[in-house]
Amino acid sequence: MSVDAPARTLNVALVGNPNTGKSTLFNALSGIRQKTGNYPGVTVEKKHGSFTHKGQKVELIDLPGTYSLAPRSPDEMVTVDVLLGRQANETKPNAVMVIVDASNLERNLYIVSQVKELGLPTVVALNMGDIARDKGISVDVIQLSQRLGVPIVATQANRRGGLDQLRDTIVSLLDSDSIPVESPFPEEFRDKVGQLHAKLQEHDEQSTRYLAERLLLDTSGYLEKELTSGGKELHNWIVESRNQLAELGQPVPAIEAISRYKWVQEVLDGIVTREATRKVTLSDRIDRILTNRIGGTIFFIFIMTLMFQAVFSDLVAGNLMGYIEGFFEIIAGFVDASLADGALKSLLIDGVIAGVGGVLVFLPQICILFFFIAILEDCGYLARAAYLMDRLFSKIGLSGKSFIPLLSSFACAIPGIMAARVIENRRDRLITILVAPLMSCSARMPVYVLLTAAFIPDETIGGVLSLHTLVMLSMYLLGILAAVGVAFVLRRTILPGETPPFVMELPSYKFPSISGVLMVMVEKGWAFVKRAGTLIFAMTVIVWALSYFPRDEEAATAPFAEEIAQLETQLESASDEEAAQIEHRLAEINNQIDGELLRGSFLGMAGHWIEPVVRPLGWDWKIGSAAIASFPAREVIISTMGVLYNLGGEEDEESAPLRETIKEAKWAGTDENVFNIPVALSIMVFFALCAQCAATLAVIKRETNSWRWPIFTFVYMTVLAYVGAMITYQVSALVFLS
Amino acid sequence: MSKLSQLSVGQEAVIASIDASSVAAVRLMEMGMTPGCSVKMIGSAPFGDPLEVEIRGYHLSLRKTEADLVELVS
Repeated sequence: MSVDAPARTLNVALVGNPNTGKSTLFNALSGIRQKTGNYPGVTVEKKHGSFTHKGQKVELIDLPGTYSLAPRSPDEMVTVDVLLGRQANETKPNAVMVIVDASNLERNLYIVSQVKELGLPTVVALNMGDIARDKGISVDVIQLSQRLGVPIVATQANRRGGLDQLRDTIVSLLDSDSIPVESPFPEEFRDKVGQLHAKLQEHDEQSTRYLAERLLLDTSGYLEKELTSGGKELHNWIVESRNQLAELGQPVPAIEAISRYKWVQEVLDGIVTREATRKVTLSDRIDRILTNRIGGTIFFIFIMTLMFQAVFSDLVAGNLMGYIEGFFEIIAGFVDASLADGALKSLLIDGVIAGVGGVLVFLPQICILFFFIAILEDCGYLARAAYLMDRLFSKIGLSGKSFIPLLSSFACAIPGIMAARVIENRRDRLITILVAPLMSCSARMPVYVLLTAAFIPDETIGGVLSLHTLVMLSMYLLGILAAVGVAFVLRRTILPGETPPFVMELPSYKFPSISGVLMVMVEKGWAFVKRAGTLIFAMTVIVWALSYFPRDEEAATAPFAEEIAQLETQLESASDEEAAQIEHRLAEINNQIDGELLRGSFLGMAGHWIEPVVRPLGWDWKIGSAAIASFPAREVIISTMGVLYNLGGEEDEESAPLRETIKEAKWAGTDENVFNIPVALSIMVFFALCAQCAATLAVIKRETNSWRWPIFTFVYMTVLAYVGAMITYQVSALVFLS
Repeated sequence: MSKLSQLSVGQEAVIASIDASSVAAVRLMEMGMTPGCSVKMIGSAPFGDPLEVEIRGYHLSLRKTEADLVELVS
């Protein structure tokens, strides 16, 4: 390419091993000019960023961290497709930047060897030099650059070091030619690849030499299915070629690792020096304790307790949540004062503020949880947590990598499901996503608190364990056990397959980058706010409309019209004491009218309609309506019950009147209580297992890129919840009511 | 011939071969477990599985079933 070619955009793909600081470098280079999305059909995240340097615009594509460019699944294929310009709606990169860990060059150069075979202009960012120095490793960068035949820039991503030089070098790639393709493979292998490439081109002129090589190496059969029309003749040729190569001492696929690591050793020979005795680093010393059988287990329990304490205690999250609640109360008060009674006011207060506010209240918990997870991930502990937990998870057919997503789900399933991205095996990731909503998230808490406080006797077992605590704990355990069971069943039914290998790097510990941690926290928090503002908003408006229309105020007010008029006249001449009584009575009437209106609403009608269905659970139509209303977000049940039991919608789980009223509620025309211990337990079990969160289902849709999985989740969880609640009611009725 | 899974903590050995027929073996080789390379046992998780080894200057964890694929030079 000539230097005076017209200005064009430089598209640079970022490639590199996980834990090399790739994302940090991407963030540092592109700043806030980033866009995140998903590729259709797979769960690979699409991250674009850009910067302008010396008048040259540079577009960056951040590809998922990977150890190798050998695709074995649709997710891994995306990376290769982007690099080869085969990915739809993605510009073919005209340069590649490989980020390598200077303290771990031997393994990191493996992917450099694969990238070089693509022939694109390449720059290597040599990151994490500080850790290399700690380990007593020094690298002759000039020599390394000469041997690799590509420019190298030493960077310090977490301190923004070397960025300018890196930008200079990236921009200069525009003027560089493609690099000569250099294969580390033996000649016989290269010949076979050449022959296969020629054969592939007979069918498809676009096919590249790189894919031909991958096809020959991929014994799993994935690429063959993906790339060729599957001709028997071609398949036989490939199998025959592999046999011939094996006879020549070049067995496929082992030959790739052998050839590439041999090349890596030649490249590094004499230019990387280590101190004679390997230094025992601080990281090694920390690890001796943290992955130790006893010390490691104790620390693990300690750090998890600390995290949950921060998420659930009043000290941090509780106070912040109080401020958010207060904020929405002020807004509600303002709307209440400035609007006349009517549909609009009801929509704003009962619908939007109650619904969206009820969800946004969990923002502090989500931010705190992500703050912890980001720190643990950044410093390298999360890999250890997965390592420690792998044995337990492998019993249900998952791996330790599912631990973090499921842990996050105790605060909220949404970030938990997003955290499942760290699992590279597609099946494992899917199962983790499908069971994550069973973890008892913070939105279930109000339901548990209300019903436990109202119906479970405040007694202790053996003078120590409170029955209340026991019931709450059982609900959390129920979710975990259900998740274990569902994962176990899914593995053996609709998502079968070999247990994927657990081969994971345990990176060196490092000090977390504060800006990176805060960025993750803000990013996740904002994503949550956005969902609350869009989907939850829409759903609450719908539920509100169903509970508001059709509205015959006259009919509802008529039975009380006389009494109201009378009371209002009395009020004018009443003493203070009498006035209080009259106002109390008026409020009671208002609540009864509200209840009557709700009973006549579409929601109330639906409640009556499903009553036969919820009878086996011990529920009346009001509980049924409340359950329906809380399908978009389970928190809604508290305010719906408040309205349904004639108390107005301003109830919360600690409201004594609601607790007392539901205790007193009777089946229509009888003396029989609606609520008792079996009913309370059955409601709690239902809420513990049911998929009552539209936002979670929306995230499942987004993360799996298919409607199939959110629908599946909704159906299986609803069935589970119904059956679970029915068994709970029927069994506990035998115990408590006989 | 002994296997990587049989190595005791702190012991170091050289890899002779890897049973390349499984997907896990390809992963192991990509991560640097190739014949001739030396590997050191660091320890295991609390339940005895997975294992932690040092190879090519970094730490790698793998399950015993995967470590069984790796034959060592005796």
